[in-house]
Amino acid sequence: MNVENVIKGVVCPFCGCCCDDLEVTVRNNEIAKVENACALGRAKFERWNEGRIVRPSIRSDGKILETSFAKAVERSARILYDARYPLLWGWSCTSCEAQKIGVELAEEVGGVIDSTTSTCHGPSIIAVHDVGESSTTLGEVRHRADLVIYWGCNPLHAHPRHMSRYSVLSEGRFRKRRGERKMIVVDVRRTATAKIADEFIKIEPNSDYEALTALRMCLKGEELEQESIAGVPSKKFEELIDEMVGCQFGVIFFGLGLTMSAGKSRNVDAALSLVRDLNSKTKFVIVPMRGHFNVTGANEVFAWQTGYPFAVDLSQGYPRYNPGETSGVDIATRHDCDAALVVGSDPISNFPLEAARNLSSIPIICIDPHETATTSVSDTVIPSAIVGIEAEGTVYRMDGVPLLLRKLIDPPEGVSKDTEILEAILNEVRRIRGGR
Amino acid sequence: MELLIKNGYVVDPANGIDCEKLDIAVRGGKIVEEVSSSAKILDASNMLVMPGGVDIHSHIAGSKTNLARVLRPEDHFRDFERRTALTRSGVGHSVPSTYTTGYRYARMGYTTVIEPATPPLKARHTHDELNDTPIIDKACFPLFGNNWHVMEYLKNGDLELCAAYLSWMLRATKGYAIKIVNPGGVEAWHWGGNVVGLDSEVPHFGITPREIVRGLCKVNKMLKLPHAIHVHPNNLGKPGNYLTTIKTMECVKDLAEGASIHITHCQFTSFKGEDWSTLRSGAQEIARYVNRNDHVTIDMGQIIFTATTTMTGDGPFEYILHQISGRKWVNKDVEAETGAGVVPVVYKRRSFVNATQWAIGLELALLIEDPWKVYLTTDHPNGGPFTAYPRVVSWLMSKRARERTMSRMNQSAARKTILQSLEREYSFEEIAIVTRAGTAKALGLKAKGHLGVGADADISIYRINPKEIDPSRDYRAVRKALRRAAYTVKDGQIVVKDGEIKEVVQGRTFWIDSRVPKDLEEKIHRELSKSFREYYTVGMENYFIGEGELARSSPIYVGEAKV
Repeated sequence: MNVENVIKGVVCPFCGCCCDDLEVTVRNNEIAKVENACALGRAKFERWNEGRIVRPSIRSDGKILETSFAKAVERSARILYDARYPLLWGWSCTSCEAQKIGVELAEEVGGVIDSTTSTCHGPSIIAVHDVGESSTTLGEVRHRADLVIYWGCNPLHAHPRHMSRYSVLSEGRFRKRRGERKMIVVDVRRTATAKIADEFIKIEPNSDYEALTALRMCLKGEELEQESIAGVPSKKFEELIDEMVGCQFGVIFFGLGLTMSAGKSRNVDAALSLVRDLNSKTKFVIVPMRGHFNVTGANEVFAWQTGYPFAVDLSQGYPRYNPGETSGVDIATRHDCDAALVVGSDPISNFPLEAARNLSSIPIICIDPHETATTSVSDTVIPSAIVGIEAEGTVYRMDGVPLLLRKLIDPPEGVSKDTEILEAILNEVRRIRGGR
Repeated sequence: MELLIKNGYVVDPANGIDCEKLDIAVRGGKIVEEVSSSAKILDASNMLVMPGGVDIHSHIAGSKTNLARVLRPEDHFRDFERRTALTRSGVGHSVPSTYTTGYRYARMGYTTVIEPATPPLKARHTHDELNDTPIIDKACFPLFGNNWHVMEYLKNGDLELCAAYLSWMLRATKGYAIKIVNPGGVEAWHWGGNVVGLDSEVPHFGITPREIVRGLCKVNKMLKLPHAIHVHPNNLGKPGNYLTTIKTMECVKDLAEGASIHITHCQFTSFKGEDWSTLRSGAQEIARYVNRNDHVTIDMGQIIFTATTTMTGDGPFEYILHQISGRKWVNKDVEAETGAGVVPVVYKRRSFVNATQWAIGLELALLIEDPWKVYLTTDHPNGGPFTAYPRVVSWLMSKRARERTMSRMNQSAARKTILQSLEREYSFEEIAIVTRAGTAKALGLKAKGHLGVGADADISIYRINPKEIDPSRDYRAVRKALRRAAYTVKDGQIVVKDGEIKEVVQGRTFWIDSRVPKDLEEKIHRELSKSFREYYTVGMENYFIGEGELARSSPIYVGEAKV
């Protein structure tokens, strides 16, 4: 039988753009075709079945043995229950429904729950605590922005449809054509995005703070006394600030070039402050380019359930928050955690070496659809359905717009959803504890 | 389960019961005539028994509430709750996490709370949070006062299509009423501007705030929605704005059959004077209008002298507040619809402006003669956290309590307020009206706010004897009793005993399932299918919230509109 089904308005589970206009053709419980997606999104759909894990496994005497779902859940619960200070890490590639169970589980086992925010836009959030943010949903940029600045990010490669759906290449109510908008890129190298910009300002690596401070000084009417700042002639900053003040609606999109280079949260602090101050002259907003499709959702869920957006320590029976102390990388680096639950993330590949080495020496429970470096060193691996393809769920776009991911096909036989796996572990922990 | 609440002093103003010793019978979550002899007995001797509290305006969930939580870790550090065998942990003095919000309301005997400002595009976020807010029933008000579709339909004089659109939107967002915040002003703010009054034109849209308010009021009537339009007027927070507020009320006077408009957190829009140094109370003028007209209800928006967080859909107002105070500022515009702003504040008793604001809220409540027209709120957390309600009650019930606070506040403000001359002290019956019966009536929640047969068995019982206590003297005892209910009964279950959570239940989410005639419904569907992706960065199919997304959906069917 050859049943073909075209599903429209599918939300893409790849990056923080969460494009919601994909058309996916499903044939015989397989993804046959994907339209409207970018190369990254399409690859995720078309190659969904590559490198899949389909059986739970546990490590015994150094050997990896396939096991049943029930046994894997039992082992996972036991590890978390026995742990003194477990780290529950990942969460950006799963649904809000799974994240919610994650917080409940962290509370139950007295652990720390942290998302990959820690290693991407954590510094942005820390800066928001100090400054606030003048921000918007992306449609406002599409409708109104006449000046678009991409700072320390390369959307052409990382968020390929960002420009066509939300910014310079989109058509909005008050801006119909590309020519009605100016696009500027600030970065340390001439990226693909920089090449299509109206203007590219190349700054020296690790000098974002200086560049932003120069702009803030110009805005306040102060004279720049140096010939050049951040490798850029000072005159350039004067021209740029005139441009910013002179626009009707300006926006800065910023990426890890700002958050993960020297200065980190201080860079973002300077950018947020600049945009805030610009509002006394014109309309200006700033939006972080969030990476994973639901990293924003993890911040939202953690914040409404615990008050804090990431790095939440529940070991004392109430939420504590002190990034640097309670954030995943730092806990792993200090070798503080004695067990880890990893959901849809690969910290062994992505953490700094010291942190990854420490992690690999403690029992890890990994819930993931695919083989990763982390699954290869885990004590227990439970395969999961791919959220947005094989499982439904809520996600939050980079600008905080909530959307629903759909289930398009069934997962491989015997493979459960993140929500089911986490619920089973939570129930098992409670059973061990003697019931609640 | 059956329950019999025995020997309490019942205050149930909707049924004309004022401090009578009565038994209340409960079965299947409802109030009934009588129960069998096997019913569980709850001895309420010497206690005050009232319907569960109904809060008409409290920002407890959704995008801007969460922006505020993220903005303010320092608000949470000093106020946390540990997990217990029954309850989840949480934090937050002015912007508590969702579980904590549910527990704290229940502990005070509140059982229904309205989240009053939901950006429709992010309504799913509001519902996600409301699903995680335990015990209490809730609903949310989507924002329509700066919505492009609304402004265009009204500009073209197409009320029918506007009504069909609103009807679809209430279903799409699972919303309960039409909320208007700074009509037209927030659209102007998307260019960095604002409107200055009811008759200034909204840039690019060729419509005025007056036309938006009147149009939405008409649509509200056409759709027969249970609550009036819920309005945060233009010029909020600006000296002299009481005139705008009166004009806003007046502009829908001819549209009245019963209440046509609810002015929310009225304290913030009852300012007289030219600037901050000449600020005076406009409460007398507002109260005079409300006393003479029956088409208006208001809520107080009382301020409390404490550190709190302001949050509103009124983006330009929050920017002004940021400029005045220098405090950190969050702005979040929402495409084609609305915006939001968040700024922390500290209301200081020594500040002339803050002390004047404090007096205005109470003057409104004391000068408006009919308690069915004015409701107790702090516009949580804008005027102060909802946990301060018992303190507001004590100010309403006791001149002595007011004098005590006045003696410690800015004396220039204390001399200028007429509070000193107001002898009025609320009775328990009046308190029950402004916190329960009146709000439930204004919201059109027929099973709430009273204890008659058929009502939801949402009941609060306080350890205080209304026959013996003199609240005027013993206002502290009243405060203490109201802070921690002796019992809170939700849907017939005892959820709180002695201020502690005993049972955690899932509350309902009310929403309006509104229908217009089929041809009109099809027409609006066709129109929206065309315009939706032009206006929004999401598709119509992904905008619509399914009923299954609500943890406990409770639709209220509103029949075909007369058009």
